[in-house]
Amino acid sequence: MAGRRELEVSVNGRTLRGQAEPRTTLADFLRDQLGLTGTHLGCEHGVCGACTILLDGRSVRSCLLLAVQAEGHELTTVEGLAAADGSLHPIQEAFSRHHALQCGFCTPGFLMSVCELLADEPAPTEQEIREHLSGNLCRCTGYQNIVEAVQAAARQLREAPAVEGGPAR
Amino acid sequence: MKPPPFDYLAPASLEEAVEAMARYGDEAKLLAGGQSLVPLLAFRLAGPGVLVDLNRVRELDYLRDDDGRLVIGAMTRHRTVQDLPGLRRRCAMLAEGVESIGHVAIRNRGTVGGSLAHADPAAEWPALALALDGECEVVGPRGARTLAVEELFVTYFTTTLEPDEVLKEVRLRLPAGRVGSTFVELARRHGDFAIAGVGALLALDDDGSVGDARLVLIGVRDQAVRARAAEEALVGSKPDDAQLDEAVALVDGAIEPSDDLQGSAAYRRHVAKVLARRALVEARGRAERRGGGDGGPA
Repeated sequence: MAGRRELEVSVNGRTLRGQAEPRTTLADFLRDQLGLTGTHLGCEHGVCGACTILLDGRSVRSCLLLAVQAEGHELTTVEGLAAADGSLHPIQEAFSRHHALQCGFCTPGFLMSVCELLADEPAPTEQEIREHLSGNLCRCTGYQNIVEAVQAAARQLREAPAVEGGPAR
Repeated sequence: MKPPPFDYLAPASLEEAVEAMARYGDEAKLLAGGQSLVPLLAFRLAGPGVLVDLNRVRELDYLRDDDGRLVIGAMTRHRTVQDLPGLRRRCAMLAEGVESIGHVAIRNRGTVGGSLAHADPAAEWPALALALDGECEVVGPRGARTLAVEELFVTYFTTTLEPDEVLKEVRLRLPAGRVGSTFVELARRHGDFAIAGVGALLALDDDGSVGDARLVLIGVRDQAVRARAAEEALVGSKPDDAQLDEAVALVDGAIEPSDDLQGSAAYRRHVAKVLARRALVEARGRAERRGGGDGGPA
């Protein structure tokens, strides 16, 4: 029962297969088995938020889930944000334009948390943004530019017509 | 930072979960939302032989009203409770307490039953369940039993649940009438474990005196605690400032804070009483503004 098993998970709309032991975290499975290295691991114990992904549209820390728990759920990782032609998602665009990242290590987690926020609340206040992102740590930016990027992305998403595919477009 | 190897079972029903716990007993550990257990595994502070994952037991994920009580299945996520329509109006203490749990990604995954069974003295659910006269339904190989939340906690991370028992649900009584309540915490950063936290609830009679009072604290001893002496001092009184001061002074006898990196025992004791007063003042104001129902902000 503790040995490796075949797993089939749905990530970014695709069904992907890999092997995992029960103890393999979802984060390690995404990175090591599926090659989706956009999900970053900082603390590996649920504090830093770098490994945040969406599970059925809700933000979760992929270091606190086991890979075996992901079967039957719809996962979205940072690789699922950009369009098929490589053009950035409006949230990614806003992070770039507003200098909301420096080293970029925490960015995938922030982007996924912002996806969830803007899907729930298209016009969040600064306080709501800060509260929603409180589980994501960034050691470079001081957060100010991240908040500005989220406000800009929210405006952009409210004004722009919905784009096919991808979360919260 | 990687969990040690373990065998893994994912039962699809409560019955199967109970069977698994009966079979593996001490060797097994139940996995609920995983927001505390998985870090413990990663640090190798926990190393169960068998992990029995409750996340496929859909029958434990429910919220329902039953004869004035809010009944919460053990695998109900914090977020589900937070999103319950009208919760703030029905019981602001409960709404604000749940909002204070960690960060959104933790609330999306963590469960009510997991939090109760984990018995972290700084966690919100044990205090909320104590304050609201919670009652637990527990299922094990020897059948089902009901116990008051008051009888659940022993000390740090320790409950009276047997190793092979599964917490099924908790039932909370939300006081109705001219009620005001709140939950306040002090933490270094938003979403961190609280240095101290307080839940307060006051129900006022027609003449403005206190008909019912609840005062609970977290982070200030080995388990969440109800400040019974303070509650008793409030019941029957006119809740003026002097009366609240008297009740807050009685909090001292209920708490036994200890020193840690976040602050000394004396600091925690001070913070607990400042928060208790703040919470009681807020609860009183909300109750007074209210003709009936709980006094959450409009």
